[in-house]
Amino acid sequence: MEGMASAVEFRDVTFQHASGRTVLSGVSFTVREGESFALIGRSGSGKTTILKLINRLLDPSGGDVLVDGKSTRQWDPIRLRRRIGYVLQDIGLFPHLSIAANIGIVPTLEGWEPSRIDTRVKDVLQMVGLEPGDFMNRYPHELSGGQRQRVGVARALAADPPLLLMDEPFGALDPITRAELQQELKRLLAALNKTMVIVTHDIPEACVLGSSIGLVQEGKLVERLPPAKFLQSSHPEVQAVIRSLTIQNVIHE
Amino acid sequence: MLDFISDHANEIVQLTTEHMMLVGIAILGAILVGVPLGIMVYQQPRLRTVILGLVNTLQTIPSLALFAILIPLPLIGGIGARTALIAMVLYSLLPIVANTFAGLTGVNPAVREAAVAMGMTDRQLLWKVELPLALGVVFTGIRIATVMSVGLATIAAAIGAGGLGMFIFRGLAMLDTRLILAGALPAAAMALLANYGLSFIERRIGGRYAPMRQGS
Repeated sequence: MEGMASAVEFRDVTFQHASGRTVLSGVSFTVREGESFALIGRSGSGKTTILKLINRLLDPSGGDVLVDGKSTRQWDPIRLRRRIGYVLQDIGLFPHLSIAANIGIVPTLEGWEPSRIDTRVKDVLQMVGLEPGDFMNRYPHELSGGQRQRVGVARALAADPPLLLMDEPFGALDPITRAELQQELKRLLAALNKTMVIVTHDIPEACVLGSSIGLVQEGKLVERLPPAKFLQSSHPEVQAVIRSLTIQNVIHE
Repeated sequence: MLDFISDHANEIVQLTTEHMMLVGIAILGAILVGVPLGIMVYQQPRLRTVILGLVNTLQTIPSLALFAILIPLPLIGGIGARTALIAMVLYSLLPIVANTFAGLTGVNPAVREAAVAMGMTDRQLLWKVELPLALGVVFTGIRIATVMSVGLATIAAAIGAGGLGMFIFRGLAMLDTRLILAGALPAAAMALLANYGLSFIERRIGGRYAPMRQGS
């Protein structure tokens, strides 16, 4: 990854709630093109806030967030968001729109030709392992949780954005479906050369999907390492997370 | 009774038509004013208390009093259908404004966030996501307002607006039960039909994706 341009960069970023509560302080990191950065940490540690600062759902209170080398403050938020795919835990599929219309939403907003949208929708459905003929005309409530998540990923990929943001995308799924989707997403990322920032509270998921893992603790990025090194980190919070994992494994045996 | 009906058939048809026109025009007016007001209430928290307070207050005025209050007002007042329509529109605002607001507020936050994160402008968010999802609840408001207006329109006859109230008031004056029923029964039937008809449309709108509205 040496020499690759930075896709996302945080420079000493601080974020305070309107209430005055500090959510993030002094967060700095760089995600290069094609890299995948997994953020882990306890609930309320500030992981999701980091994502929302990237697509400008939030503006930093201090410091700078750069996307493609340009501060998000200088980006037109609409333009910025249309080149970032976003998958959130609750998916947020549009219940009144068919699966095809859901997936085609950003291309539609971008004014693509209907025939081009149709082709693209079929392509991304296939990419996420759903048969276009079976799914295009159905509605979100007719789908299982795993299928909806696939549609959510397909929707994020539709306009072929260079950057993907995922907020616990598979959190609500059963472990088997979850592992399947993780593997498929990993394969897709490698094939499409996307940059990704993913929030998860699941270490195995972070190891599968992240080329590096960052630990967020009380609004600070306290550790950032490649998966293999991360698991050997002596940081007490990393140790705590890994211990929780080990105990789970013991119970499962 | 049959004789009575055949004697008054023309008048029954005429007054029923007038009645429907009153309700139809009033509801159309209330939708044209109420839905934008509801959107405004949703988008401008500062106006929320003022507008909701106002339409709530209108609702507390007894209907006969509201008709009477409007009569002496210049431009909008006077005897006749116009004054009655204005009163009916004002009266119908509350369910429509309140339900438009409730419908928009009730949109799943995850859906709204996804729409914004996908790069929708405020206008696109409103037209492509929020309003379509609020439509079922807005329609409930329209149904309530319509049923209410059918009743209200009978009182409008008191200020010379016509409609089935003409039979009822005449029947009261002449102590003729048949005349009262000639007004009351079609009005009741109209209210029931409006209720059933509009509920049916409402279910068609809301039902398709209702399971998604509650959960994720």
